[in-house]
Amino acid sequence: MPAAPWEDIELMHRLGLAARTLSMTDAASGAEEIIVNGVLAVCDPLGGLYLPETGTLVVSDLHLEKGAAFARRGIMLPPYDTVATLNILSAVITRYDPKLVISLGDNFHDRKGSKYLAPELRALIAGMARGRDWIWINGNHDPDGTVDLPGSCADELIYGGLVFRHEPSLISGKGEIAGHLHPLATVRRREKSVRRPCFASDGSRLLMPAFGVLAGGLDLRHQAMHGLFDREKLVAHLLGRDRIYSVRYTNLTA
Amino acid sequence: MCEGVKPSFLPVRDYLIGVDIVETSSSGRDAALLPRPFLKWFADKGWQPRAHQLELLSRATAGESVLLIAPTGAGKTLAGFLPSLTDLTRRGKIPPGSAFTGIHTLYVSPLKALTVDIERNLMKPVTEMGLAVTIENRTGDTPQAKRQRQKLNPPDILLTTPEQVALLLANKEAERFFKDLKYVVLDELHSLVTSKRGHLLSLGLARLRRHAPALQTIGLSATVSDPMDLQRWLVPQGEDPAPPAGLVHVTGGAAPDITIMKTEDRIPWSGHVSTYAMPEVYEEIKRHKTTLIFVNTRFQAELLFQTLWTINEDNLPIALHHGSLDVGQRRKVEAAMAANKLRAIVATSTLDMGIDWGDVDLVVHVGAPKGASRLAQRIGRSNHRMDEPSKAILVPANRFEVMECQAALDANYLGAQDTPPVGEGALDVLAQHVLGMACAEPFDPLELYEEIISASPYADLSWEMFERIVDFVATGGYALRSYERYAKIRKTKEGRWRVSNPQVAQQYRLNLGTIVEATELNVRLVRRGANGALGRGGMSLGKVEEYFLEQLVQGDTFLFAGKVLRFEGIRENECLVSNAFSLDPKIPAYAGGKFPLSTYLADQVRGMLADPDRWQKLPDQVRDWLNIQLERSMLPKKDELLIETFPRGKRFFMIAYCFEGRLAHQTLGMLLTRRLERAGARPLGFVATDYSLAVWGLNDIGAMIKADRLSLSDLFDEDMLGDDLEAWLNESYMLKRTFRNCAVISGLIERRHPGKEKTGRQVTVSTDLIYDVLRSHEPDHVLLEATRRDAASGLLDLSRLGDMLKRIRGHITHRDLDRVSPLAVPIMLEIGKESVPGEAHDAVLEEAAEELIAEALS
Repeated sequence: MPAAPWEDIELMHRLGLAARTLSMTDAASGAEEIIVNGVLAVCDPLGGLYLPETGTLVVSDLHLEKGAAFARRGIMLPPYDTVATLNILSAVITRYDPKLVISLGDNFHDRKGSKYLAPELRALIAGMARGRDWIWINGNHDPDGTVDLPGSCADELIYGGLVFRHEPSLISGKGEIAGHLHPLATVRRREKSVRRPCFASDGSRLLMPAFGVLAGGLDLRHQAMHGLFDREKLVAHLLGRDRIYSVRYTNLTA
Repeated sequence: MCEGVKPSFLPVRDYLIGVDIVETSSSGRDAALLPRPFLKWFADKGWQPRAHQLELLSRATAGESVLLIAPTGAGKTLAGFLPSLTDLTRRGKIPPGSAFTGIHTLYVSPLKALTVDIERNLMKPVTEMGLAVTIENRTGDTPQAKRQRQKLNPPDILLTTPEQVALLLANKEAERFFKDLKYVVLDELHSLVTSKRGHLLSLGLARLRRHAPALQTIGLSATVSDPMDLQRWLVPQGEDPAPPAGLVHVTGGAAPDITIMKTEDRIPWSGHVSTYAMPEVYEEIKRHKTTLIFVNTRFQAELLFQTLWTINEDNLPIALHHGSLDVGQRRKVEAAMAANKLRAIVATSTLDMGIDWGDVDLVVHVGAPKGASRLAQRIGRSNHRMDEPSKAILVPANRFEVMECQAALDANYLGAQDTPPVGEGALDVLAQHVLGMACAEPFDPLELYEEIISASPYADLSWEMFERIVDFVATGGYALRSYERYAKIRKTKEGRWRVSNPQVAQQYRLNLGTIVEATELNVRLVRRGANGALGRGGMSLGKVEEYFLEQLVQGDTFLFAGKVLRFEGIRENECLVSNAFSLDPKIPAYAGGKFPLSTYLADQVRGMLADPDRWQKLPDQVRDWLNIQLERSMLPKKDELLIETFPRGKRFFMIAYCFEGRLAHQTLGMLLTRRLERAGARPLGFVATDYSLAVWGLNDIGAMIKADRLSLSDLFDEDMLGDDLEAWLNESYMLKRTFRNCAVISGLIERRHPGKEKTGRQVTVSTDLIYDVLRSHEPDHVLLEATRRDAASGLLDLSRLGDMLKRIRGHITHRDLDRVSPLAVPIMLEIGKESVPGEAHDAVLEEAAEELIAEALS
């Protein structure tokens, strides 16, 4: 995540949606099917991307232990961010029961995060990983990989017609699923403007929304996003209260 | 807020002013109280000390703490310093080689500029009398070397701000520095005590008393509604409170000459800007030497400034002054003002306080003053001498404001006061103070608790709450105790709390203070090149809040710094704009009043409505309006709540004339719509003004009331402040703003230091996200408690709403009408202008998403 103005986004929707999903009271997923580089992908309002052809669930920028990372520097953020993020992750895993989970980097907020993770949180992850494969892609916050967690670590993964990496490549984005930038989109209609995290894709590349509850985000119009997409084809798939809303980039502001 | 800033050593004619506390001639007493150099100095100048100055001096010399309440131009500041100056004169110069001597007098003012002003004005007589007294100021602008020197070799009198006091007290050498402190002079006390800065200062004062138990306080204040509040504030409270500080109250001064602007034009039904009256205002400017035009908000200032210039045929020098303008520009305006080069200045509250500005002979107050005391203080800007009447003209922006102005006018003549009470000390401030005290030296919790409850705002703080705050400071105070190893302060074996490492103290110093600025971006004027590219550089115009910019897209035009600007975009931390070459800004700036209507004025307006005899003073248009209202519907009695219902378009409206201010009405609106929803009225929305509340829905609310399917007394029952409030708060966006302030002040997160985000040295995190995570995992966390308390008195105005619900119980009158009533017109015109944040967000997304679906299907 580059240094940038942080945006305030709506979090309670995802926390509530995760709770409803886990208690099975909410049958409809509100997800949206799209095609990335010829591969079918399902954007879920909980913030995960499911690829049915390979049974893969992708999440990005969990930023686990962000609270603890700040506390190490004397800023005592609530110590509940990890459990809150894992609860949402648990909900989306329950929904799709994937064969493989790919966590797309910045899995932990700093290098010490996975080493100092509390045993009960470690057990939560182990429980979720049981019976499936898990790949931790390394991010800029946690380049050294994870410690004592199920699954394996990698800088990059090519699988099922797609490339999975943390930072979007500046050379070629074809078939790339990336994170790092925490995209947000702002929809403006009449006097109202609404900003939400989003999946952003032009059909060739897809940028994942940040999954971590304290992750914040960066507007699609920000200069860090320049050159990543064919803007004429770019669609933002915004995370709404209980469904995905897909809006063309050129149409965000009416 | 503006009185007695400049020490006035005034000519003899000034002692003619009536002082109600002591005899006016007191030469025998002078000799006993004043050392020879003073008597000689007064005599040389042909001046005489004023009675209240001597009264204060004699009581302070006898060991008393004193509160001096005096109007503009009474020589308040000299009075405040006389005890110090005479004492220091008697002490004489400290011989070289003596033991270290700490400061003798600490002067605290809310404004940096004031300390500089006071230094200059005090040094003059001190030099003329040849007194061996050293006076220095210390503010955020004081160079590091000078600060360092001040610690080694303190002046006798130190002039400073509440934040600097806190900084000095958090230092290891605080005890040495303050051990000889004899007097603490607190200027503009009435404005300080009601804010969080006042809370911080009260805690600092408690600590100062520990270092110098015999210290005396001298409070200087404008007139307040309850002086006893301040008299107690000045002395230790707690289990064994000291007798309240003595009171020296100066009354008198010439009654101000205030009128309401008469206009040929139609007085608007609603709105907040008085552009209609600008031709008349312009005529007044021409008739006077220097006119000060006060408005309530920055946007009003911008708009009126522009309007005045469009009719400024004589090219009179008219300037603009508000807090968002670039400092350089403001200083230029101030200098021009002081040099009497301006004929008029349009200003917001940035000019409320403080310093003398040239020869102002007229104050024009645009928009309703919202509070009688505020009006009195602003009018005090003109003619800073007690014996000449100030001249002021009020320009109401709409018809309700006409009544409000008339009420304020009556109040000013009557000397009624509606300053807010001191209130309970904020918990976030307490957390900041606790950390500061640990930075000074390891503290014993019991001792610190006793010290804290000796500060009047914290007199009722429970031990349990204190412990929670200490826990919060140490590790965040979370039920999940996972941060013990990162604790900022730790308990030693001796049971004292100390800071864990020096970085904690550094962090404290960087984050100190209670003023949290909204995130602002610098506005820079750039040129568009021939190829359409934006140039670099360009003039900085000032700062504008991020939330305002968020609603703009490139090409939008808006008013700022007296210009119509075109929004070009945001580059790094700057908002780029170009000249719009148009007179018609596209984005209507939010122009709502900044201050809610005061309880006192609301009461007056209700009284005026109920009493046709008092309408004589009102303009014909307004009187006619009220008379038609009487024919078509009715006017409520003073303690009655009038509810009107009527259909309009395809909606059914309910208007409640509560007169409790916009904030309380907004809260009431949120709660009423919940209740109406449950009652099956299918409410769609509401809008609130200072005077009334309008709710509308799909079902006929009037018919429901008449058929007894909806009971108004149940609807307005006080129990709405229970569960409904709780439920609403849990979804409210309003609390997030309050939470952000609490998080910064309490030290939970770091302050944003402008410029540092860019270099990446400072990482920020969204407080909205923190709020959501905390609320869903530990809803009774101490910082959420602090947030709710703040909101109850601030944004939500719960106490006022509660008082109103009590007052109207059994006094609700319903009128079911077939069409909109005259009294309802103002609020009906507000509908659609202001939207409630946080509502119907997903509906906007759905609308946008449907366009994509439509595109796919077509």
